[in-house]
Amino acid sequence: MEIIVCVKHVPETAEVELKIDKTGRDIEKSGLVFDINEWDDYAVEEAIRIKEKLGGNVTVITVGSEDADSTLRKCLAKGADKAIRITDKRINTSDPYIIAKILSKTIKEMPFDLILTGAQSSDDGYAFIGPALAELLDIPHVTLAKKIEFKDRSVIVNRELEGGLEEVVEVELPALITIQTGINEPRYVSIMGIRKAMKKEIKTVSIDDLGLSETEVGIEGSWIHVSEVYIPSIERRAEFIRGTPEEVASKIIEIIKSRGVI
Amino acid sequence: MELLVLVEHRRGEIREVTFEMLTKGREIAQKTNSRLNTIILGKNIRDKAEVLARYADRVLMIDDERFEFFNSDLYQQVLSNIIREVKPILTMIGHTSYGVDLAPSLAVSLNIPLITDCLDLDIQDGQLTAVRQMYGGKIYARLNVRKSESYIATIRQGVITASEGNLKGEIIELPPPDIVEPVKKKFIEYVLPKIGEVDITSADILVAIGRGIKDQANIPLAEELAKTLGGVLACSRPIVDKGWLPPDRQVGSSGKTVKPKLYLALGISGAFQHVIGMKNSQLIIAVNKDPNAPIFNVAHYGVVEDLFKIVPILTEKIKELKKKTS
Repeated sequence: MEIIVCVKHVPETAEVELKIDKTGRDIEKSGLVFDINEWDDYAVEEAIRIKEKLGGNVTVITVGSEDADSTLRKCLAKGADKAIRITDKRINTSDPYIIAKILSKTIKEMPFDLILTGAQSSDDGYAFIGPALAELLDIPHVTLAKKIEFKDRSVIVNRELEGGLEEVVEVELPALITIQTGINEPRYVSIMGIRKAMKKEIKTVSIDDLGLSETEVGIEGSWIHVSEVYIPSIERRAEFIRGTPEEVASKIIEIIKSRGVI
Repeated sequence: MELLVLVEHRRGEIREVTFEMLTKGREIAQKTNSRLNTIILGKNIRDKAEVLARYADRVLMIDDERFEFFNSDLYQQVLSNIIREVKPILTMIGHTSYGVDLAPSLAVSLNIPLITDCLDLDIQDGQLTAVRQMYGGKIYARLNVRKSESYIATIRQGVITASEGNLKGEIIELPPPDIVEPVKKKFIEYVLPKIGEVDITSADILVAIGRGIKDQANIPLAEELAKTLGGVLACSRPIVDKGWLPPDRQVGSSGKTVKPKLYLALGISGAFQHVIGMKNSQLIIAVNKDPNAPIFNVAHYGVVEDLFKIVPILTEKIKELKKKTS
């Protein structure tokens, strides 16, 4: 089984106070810790598990600058066989449609049975690339997978619907499947493991290699364009309880007692 | 101009996001002097079409057993033809498990610009603009979509308040379509959620943990607080994803909707998908390190602090109180 996994190198923002950058079109990223997109971590794990069971190769691909190599190295350390980084300054202002096009041009030249992507990314969260890439490659797709099983030349996938419901669908290979978090338990890699992976080569590709012209990437080729980002104004801002932990705990108890909860 | 809304339905019910989109559609239709169309694909759906006629100027209906279950492959083929014929300036699809499976490939195949997961959108002089969230809801973004004769947008569920329909739309039944391309995907069955041992929807007090709990080893800390309060432990999605708590403890769009007397959120940032499941709780108290965490937008009381500094003291104090009163 030849498996390709598309991954993204993203800032961790879950527990950080964010600020808007000078352009007003994105957040201030300096000082933030970057890592593999959470959904993609599950996708890489799923690919490696399939390889361990059925044999074959796992290739990870990303679009990004040299910083993204640390995410690729992590994937290699986990058990991916090859890594490709598509890089070009002109890609910077591209929207997900362009990214999907760039990925499709790269993947078209490669052998594959299965492509996995995260269901979405934690930064801009479009949930677009997976199925768009499948369409560009003219292969079927299944999104939001919570379980994958193989049956001859097809795959049985449990998809997550709303409210805890799932649906089971069958899709013919080659196919693209987007992975929902919680499908597996991603393995951890040791520093030693990542160090070992330093020796593995990361192949870089530019948009010239892909035969894309300058007008096909960046703002010109994009469907959508962020004009402004902002921190939302607060609708029902909480009343803040301040003080030492001791004082805070006492006040919380006062509040819940006054509401008759305890 | 024409507007088009795709009806989402499952297991005999039209899903709420449909009425939310039709509400937005009516607003845009009035402003731009457009006609609001809606399309429903399914089997034995005449009664649904009649309901929908109150919400749209035209209900397009394809009643065909091939559409008994959702299949993005089939939907894409049929919807492509409908969009080519009706030529809507905007097609709205829910940003749901169905919509995310359908919209991107549909847009690419038609080469129509798509913008996903919109909270709000507007058309002025034929130009589509939208508002979205980024970074788990901490940041909002305004976006322009490249000028086009037609756009597709997926709309986040639970943001727009659906209003009652008072139109008398025309129902047009379309003939069963030819499916030209081979269908490479098929629906097999639904899997219903397992019934767990704890029902968080009936608890008066919920202590809910999120990413901020950091490690599985810290869960007993929160569990003890829940027990001391006479409540039950619940959680946000990451805790279930990590396998630290079973899925029946999950609050949010992919879990349960709860309305307890007290919801104590510990280390939960408050992504939309979580908040939609707990915002109607009677009293919400949130503890989080990030002062801008969206959870503070729905909480009645907030504590900007490390939960590990608060939880042990809080548990102790409640124990003392209970000792005194017993």
